Order: sequence, then C-alpha cells, then structure tokens
Amino acid sequence: MLGAYLPILLLVIVAVGFGLCSLVFSSLIGPKKISALKLSPYESGCEPVGTARERFSIKFYLIAMLFILFDIEAVFLYPWAILYKKLGVFGLVEMGLFIVILFVGYIYVWKKGALEWE
Amino acid sequence: MGIEILGLPMMYYIAMLAKVLVAFVFVLLTVAYATYAERKIIGHMQVRLGPMRTGWHGLLQPIADGVKLFFKEEIIPSQASTFAFLIAPLIALIPAFITFAVIPFGGTIEIMGYKIPMQVAAYYDTTAGQVFDVNVGVLYILAMSSLGVYGIVLAGWASNSKYSLMGGLRASAQMISYELSAGLSIIAVFMLSGTLSLTKIVELQSGMGGFEWYVFKQPLAAFMFFICALAEINRTPFDLPEAETELVSGFCTEYSSMKYAMFFMAEYANMVTVCALTTTLFLGGWNGPFAVAVPLLGPVYFVAKVYFLMFFCMWIRATVPRYRYDQLMHLGWKVFLPLALVNIVVTGIIGYFI
Repeated sequence: MLGAYLPILLLVIVAVGFGLCSLVFSSLIGPKKISALKLSPYESGCEPVGTARERFSIKFYLIAMLFILFDIEAVFLYPWAILYKKLGVFGLVEMGLFIVILFVGYIYVWKKGALEWE
Repeated sequence: MGIEILGLPMMYYIAMLAKVLVAFVFVLLTVAYATYAERKIIGHMQVRLGPMRTGWHGLLQPIADGVKLFFKEEIIPSQASTFAFLIAPLIALIPAFITFAVIPFGGTIEIMGYKIPMQVAAYYDTTAGQVFDVNVGVLYILAMSSLGVYGIVLAGWASNSKYSLMGGLRASAQMISYELSAGLSIIAVFMLSGTLSLTKIVELQSGMGGFEWYVFKQPLAAFMFFICALAEINRTPFDLPEAETELVSGFCTEYSSMKYAMFFMAEYANMVTVCALTTTLFLGGWNGPFAVAVPLLGPVYFVAKVYFLMFFCMWIRATVPRYRYDQLMHLGWKVFLPLALVNIVVTGIIGYFI
C-alpha cells in the first residue's frame, strides 16, 4: 500500500515546490511601481463603486445544495457499481428502487423551478 | 536487493524519482506546447498563420511567453485579501499537476532485474509477483478535480472585484454541476469493469484488437463524460467563467504576472488530465498493436491518443460558439444528469441478462 502512495506524496512536494518557486521568483524579478490607482479593483477604467462583497443570486446556493444532495447519491452508486455483478438480482432491484426515489426528488426539484435560470 | 527503506528496495526509490520527474516534465512540457499548438491550430483553421516570429514557425513562443510573464509586475489589489489572493493560484495549480499520478501510461518494463510499471503511483511487489497501484485511482482523480474548484472560487472572492466575484461564482456553479454529471456518467464503466483501479481497467480493454475498448460498449457514457469534463475544466464552448465579452477575464481579472500564468497552466494541465483519463477509461489506455510485446510502445500509443483528444478539444474551440449560462445549466442538470442515471439503469439491466 505504502509503495503505491509514496510517489503521490513526492509529486505533491514537487508540485508545491514548483508553484512556490514560480510565485517567489516572479515577485522578486518583476518591477514594482505601485500607485493607488493601480491597486484599485478593475472596473473598466471607471472609479470603483462600492464593494464587491455584496449579496448575490440565491441560485448559486441552490445549485450548491443540489450538488451536495446528488453527489452523495453518486457516492452511494460507486461501491454498488463495483459489486453489482456479485450482488445479482437483489442488488439490481435495490439500486433500481434507490434510483427511482432519487428520480422522484429530481422531478420535484425540476417542477419547483430550482433548475431554471432567467 | 541490498538496502531497504520502509520495506521497499532501493531500486523502488530510484524508479519512483524517475517516474515522478518524467510525469511532471511531461505535463509541464505538454502544457507549454499546448498553448502554442492551440494558437497554431486555431490560426490555421481560421486561415491565419498563428505565431511565426519567435523561432522556426514560432516554436519558441511558449518560452517567450513564460519569460515575459516572469518579468511582469506583480499586483496585489489594495482591497484584496492578501493571503487568499496569493494562495488561490497554488490551490488551482497543484491538484491539476498531481492528478496525473494514477494514470498508467505504459506496461511494465524491466531494468536491471527490477520490474517497473509505467505508472507513477504503482510498484511491482516481488514477493506477491504482481503490480500494486492505487486501487481507488478514479476516486483520487475525482477528489483532486474537486479541489481545483476551491482555487477558482477563492481567487474570485479574494480579489474583491465585481468581475472576479461573478466569474468565480459562475465557475464554481458550473464546475460542481458538471462534476456531478461527469462522475455519474462513468459509473456505467465501473459496472462493466468491477474495479476502480486504472491499471486493471486498461488490462480489461486489451483484447480483440481494440474492440474491447469501453467506448464501443459505453458510447453514451464516453460522449457524456468527455463533454462534461470539458465543461468542468472550463474549456470552450463552456468557458463562461472567462467570458471576456461580459466579465473581462472572470476570476483572474485582478491577477498578473506568474499568478495569472498559473491559472492558465492549471487549465491546460486539467485538459491533459481529462484527455488522459478519457484515453484510459474509454480508448484502451496504452493498448495498441504490439504494446504488450514491446513495452516501450505503450507510452507512444498513450501519448498519441492523449494528443489526439487534445487536438479534438482545440478543434471544438475553433468550431463551436460559446454557450449561454442558462443553456449551460440546462444542459448539465436537465440533459446529462437524467441521461447518466438512465444509462446506469440500462447498463445494469442489460449487464444482468448477458
């Protein structure tokens, strides 16, 4: 087990090293002529109005919640997919019922208009 | 075999170092030259020449771009959250580069009596007499590709600019939506393979001169996975997070210098990974004529298939116009999600009766 995971650790170290090095070197090499105007947020050349940290559309929260729900279903499906040949008819019917329930919820979400973007 | 560290022979560590470096350099070079290839291919498709000045037919263009970005001024906006702003490109880049670890790019070669499987995260156990790899390789890839979302949403939020925030939000919503469909669409493949180990999945596709490839058994899954993966890594026609006509440059509007380059390196590295994963799951991985007899041919076939898929991505970019955001969400949630579930059910029923 260890033999298979050690290379991933090494690759993580290499990738982190590469990322950090390029960050540090580019900030050392590059010119530094900062001004208040240059450091203000970009708004197509106009004076920035207000802050960016405002409320945004509820749709994004909805998508995030639906993602969590459906992703958990996907997580349940993975182990089943690996073993489904061994589980036989029982496994097939079980998962069929599971997917039907999932579909009912999905149709509810659809009919409620949670998937619409205007 | 002489000295052992943590119960593994010395040769294991030498092989590990060599494989990690080869994989990293391969991804890095492919990323660099994918930018060049993209400009060149799209250029020729639009009856232009693309880059021509730096080197023969512009071959040194990626190096020139890299050097230029290195010497650019680094700007950290005064209203930004500095630490998150600095760490976001790293969070986007690192998962993109380490995903490649579990993808097998060749069979097993023997050097000085020690068998080395051509896959970064794998080794040959002499006592058991078989190759051990990460047996949940696919889950590892899905996990790492989810981590990339953090980098982008953090970049959008930390910049404290309206364009960045909108780009980051759009990107995260798009990426999680399509991650779901991509994850669901490949379940049908694992129902056939009965394993999540990518080495075994490639082995299962080796017979029948290519007709055992899962693309023939699961054409719908292959199609859905590739399209969803394109959307997940924000490639055209789904590059809405960086839709420059409305959002300037999306989540990386405030970024400059090497940090800006890192987002693009992450995007191209993700493209390499997605193409490599599609190759492994659906196109038989490193299998090809004589690949078992001549182990060195394996990586050649693998790279050829990956580069073909990458060419395909660029071809799509030159051909298809960008989606609208509501169409994009519609496609992901109302078309691909139910289609993937139906595909699983149909595969389950057919697989049971055959």
